[in-house]
Amino acid sequence: MRSLIDTGDPLLRVYLTGFVLALVLTIIPVGLVTLNLLPETTALAVIAVLAVVQMGVHLHYFLHLDFSASERNNLLTLAFTAVIMVIMAGGTVWILYNLHYRMMA
Amino acid sequence: MLGKLTMDALPLYSPVALSGALMEVIVGVAVLGFITWYGKWRYLWSEWLTSVDHKKIGIMYIVLAMVMLLRGFFDAIMMRTQQAIAYNSPGYLPSDHFNQVFTAHGTIMIFFVAMPFLTGLINIVVPQQIGTRDVSFPFLNSLSLALTAAGAALVLASLVVGKFSTAGWSAIAPYSELKYTPGVGVDYWIWAILISGVGTTTTGINFLVTILKRRAPGMTLMRMPLFTWTALVTSVLVVFSFPALTVTAALLALDRYVGMHFFTNGHGGDMMNYANLFWIWGHPEVYIVVLPSFGVFSEVVATFSSKRVFGYHSLVYATAVIGILSFTVWLHHFFTMGEGPAVNIFFGIATMLIGIPTGVKIYDWLMTMYRGRVRLEQPMYWTLGFMVTFVIGGMSGILLAIAPVDYMMHNSVFLVAHFHNMLIPGALFGYFAGYTYWFPKAFGFKLEHKWGKRAVWAWVVGFLLAFMPLYVLGFEGMPRRMAHYATPGWQPWLIVAEVGAVVIAVGIAFQVIQLIVSIRDREALKVTNGDPWDGRTLEWATACPPAHYNFAVIPEVHDIDELAWRKQHGVVESTLAPAEAIVMPDNTSAGMIIGGLSFVLGFAMVWHIWWLAALTGLGILAALVARSSDDHGEHIVGADAERTIEGEFGMEAAE
Amino acid sequence: MAHATATTEQYAELLQEEQKHQLDERAFGFWLYLMSDALIFSLLFATYAVMVGRTAGGPQAHGLFDLRYTFGETMLLLFSSTTFGLAGLSIRAKNKGAVLFWLAVTFLLGAGFVGMEINEFHGMVVAGAAPERSGFLSAFFTLVATHGLHVTCGLVWIVVLGAEVLRKGLTAPVASRIHRLGLFWHFLDIIWIAIFSVVYLPGSF
Repeated sequence: MRSLIDTGDPLLRVYLTGFVLALVLTIIPVGLVTLNLLPETTALAVIAVLAVVQMGVHLHYFLHLDFSASERNNLLTLAFTAVIMVIMAGGTVWILYNLHYRMMA
Repeated sequence: MLGKLTMDALPLYSPVALSGALMEVIVGVAVLGFITWYGKWRYLWSEWLTSVDHKKIGIMYIVLAMVMLLRGFFDAIMMRTQQAIAYNSPGYLPSDHFNQVFTAHGTIMIFFVAMPFLTGLINIVVPQQIGTRDVSFPFLNSLSLALTAAGAALVLASLVVGKFSTAGWSAIAPYSELKYTPGVGVDYWIWAILISGVGTTTTGINFLVTILKRRAPGMTLMRMPLFTWTALVTSVLVVFSFPALTVTAALLALDRYVGMHFFTNGHGGDMMNYANLFWIWGHPEVYIVVLPSFGVFSEVVATFSSKRVFGYHSLVYATAVIGILSFTVWLHHFFTMGEGPAVNIFFGIATMLIGIPTGVKIYDWLMTMYRGRVRLEQPMYWTLGFMVTFVIGGMSGILLAIAPVDYMMHNSVFLVAHFHNMLIPGALFGYFAGYTYWFPKAFGFKLEHKWGKRAVWAWVVGFLLAFMPLYVLGFEGMPRRMAHYATPGWQPWLIVAEVGAVVIAVGIAFQVIQLIVSIRDREALKVTNGDPWDGRTLEWATACPPAHYNFAVIPEVHDIDELAWRKQHGVVESTLAPAEAIVMPDNTSAGMIIGGLSFVLGFAMVWHIWWLAALTGLGILAALVARSSDDHGEHIVGADAERTIEGEFGMEAAE
Repeated sequence: MAHATATTEQYAELLQEEQKHQLDERAFGFWLYLMSDALIFSLLFATYAVMVGRTAGGPQAHGLFDLRYTFGETMLLLFSSTTFGLAGLSIRAKNKGAVLFWLAVTFLLGAGFVGMEINEFHGMVVAGAAPERSGFLSAFFTLVATHGLHVTCGLVWIVVLGAEVLRKGLTAPVASRIHRLGLFWHFLDIIWIAIFSVVYLPGSF
């Protein structure tokens, strides 16, 4: 660890920042649920938002994803994947909840 | 020791099954014997099977596709014959066999004819069209081929050892679950799909990276040939849809092997989710199968009308829109499963929307021909055959997109007519057009044209005779997948359909004859300058066949239809000189070894031979680790060597 | 025949140029593979969401999960992501020993995670909450175990690359492979965020 601090690599600070942010973003929802601080629906919404934010933290601080030209391909691919994921997962949930309701199956 | 495998697995219980198995074994032994007799094993291994040359890999894919086409077609004519005679009679094919036949037919045609055919064409053509020397991941390319072949081998093996699935090519649950179909058939299907699916996904990644990263300087995205555009969108569809197929087959396998309850009837299983997950893959799949064909038509129509394709930009946008929309329509495959009107309407509208860009393409192609100097060579014949038949299927699709109509047509032969109307003219004719178009590029001589044109006529007439009656029968209420029936009015139509199948068989015979005649007369049909059709795109700037590195000098691109631009501006020969040293990848046996091990793994999993599965699994892992640790898979082709090769092909570098 | 010996220097430059291009392509190709993997997971998540109530009269989510245990697993993975990052920094510093050290620490943390997960599954099976009990449990086990299997593959990969570092040192190809393993490892931590947000936290209400 000391050798890494000695090199003065700016990326070290990036990783440590990411670590701390991720830690906080994990402790908050765990605390919310364990201590029963919010009603269920609100808590679920908060958890969802914090999860997405933490994913962003990992993507930026650990995977070095940003809006620069060198990361453009990766970012666009990720954005496209996200759209497809929403369509597939969202579509599945919509269709099957609808089916369960109507078919009682 | 051998799991569930016993002598009972041999098809001695039925004459039909036995004759099928014997035929397959005899053909297989004959092929192996032929190779041995002519002493060609070493040549086959070192020049073809271990090759990482995209052109050779492409040719091997197409050979696989054509062999499997014969097998799949045999299934087809068995079904047509059964249905033609089975009015108030059991026919000659017992129901259990009939079910295996239609399942094998669909599985083979989609996974082991259409997919390898389009992959083969993309492999041969795209790197040359974008002006590069190889794909981004040559070893992965070889591996993909081997995995696809392993999947095909599993399906072929099921005819001789055990039975194939009876659950239809889509293996819908709960029928495909252990409780209702306990044999090995569905397991053969699962492993053939899982293994070849890995191969297909890696091909998608390979071409996505190749097209985005390896285009020649000056070739912006909007200067790419249309076949490359469709290859790009197809690759996107592959990478983003095949995961759904993997999940579907894997979850079914977990139900069958471990007793889980994803799709079981009871214990909290959700049977309807199977159809949902399968078709999330299944719909993009049909666009995967058709888009490369559309790309071929764009190329062929432009070349043989001697003008640039009409509406290049609209064709690109149409392709992209089709790609995106293909992810939003999957529910139309199960409109009748019980979801409410809101859901059905959403997907119904999306389904109608997706017909629009395809219509745009048809108009663009027609407008390309208008006022062009149309040359009726073989690829153009196939394209015209497509144009006069495909639109009928498109219209039947729009009809089916209306959910209340689909309620009456679902699972009838109307649907069977519709999708064959899409697949045969839309996909297969396109592949055949590509085959006749690029054959000289791959082999250095053209395919004989008289037999070729006769084949087109036979296929078009045969297709119409075989499938138009099914539209009528669908309206009359005939369900699909029927082994026998008691409605008298249906039989005449089914007899007509049988005649159609026979005419198609004649067409296939013509194609076989064409190949034999072309090889026999190859000196007369030889191509001397690399450009037999007066082509417009860069693949025609190389020799026929090209050197293994395609271009001695990477071309600089100025416009759409770069070769046509060069001809117009009198720019010649800059691809040939000066030559300089280049790096090319080495051949490797790793792909074939992993493919072979995968086949054994699949077979072992089917028959529950756990020790063999574990052993081959470890072997695959070891081979992958060894291969991925290799830093030296390349060699230099020096400038002098290049000059010699170019000279051999008769294209001397300018001094 | 190539006149390699006469112009080795020229060829070295050519090979280096080619290698740089290749490594760039491989990073992007691997990213695309990760995107396809993300889709597999999202469909497993969707299946879980649809099956979370399909308990067939058997064990439900509530009562099955121990949030403190899950928090422990989460910390192991988060720390391992950070230590892997430190391994990457050690490559930049060209410090072979540090690379091996941080890879080893990452391995131990990852192995700890896998061990905890196997222990959790074992406990559930012994208590009658086996994957064959219901649709809900099938979905739970498959989703979480698929992630665990990926982590296990990552562990094998760490060992393989560690051996390569020992054998070949921090060459460009070796460094690029570690880079790709890093993409894989961080990706798996992202999937874990989704797992505890969709499975464990809501299941603990």
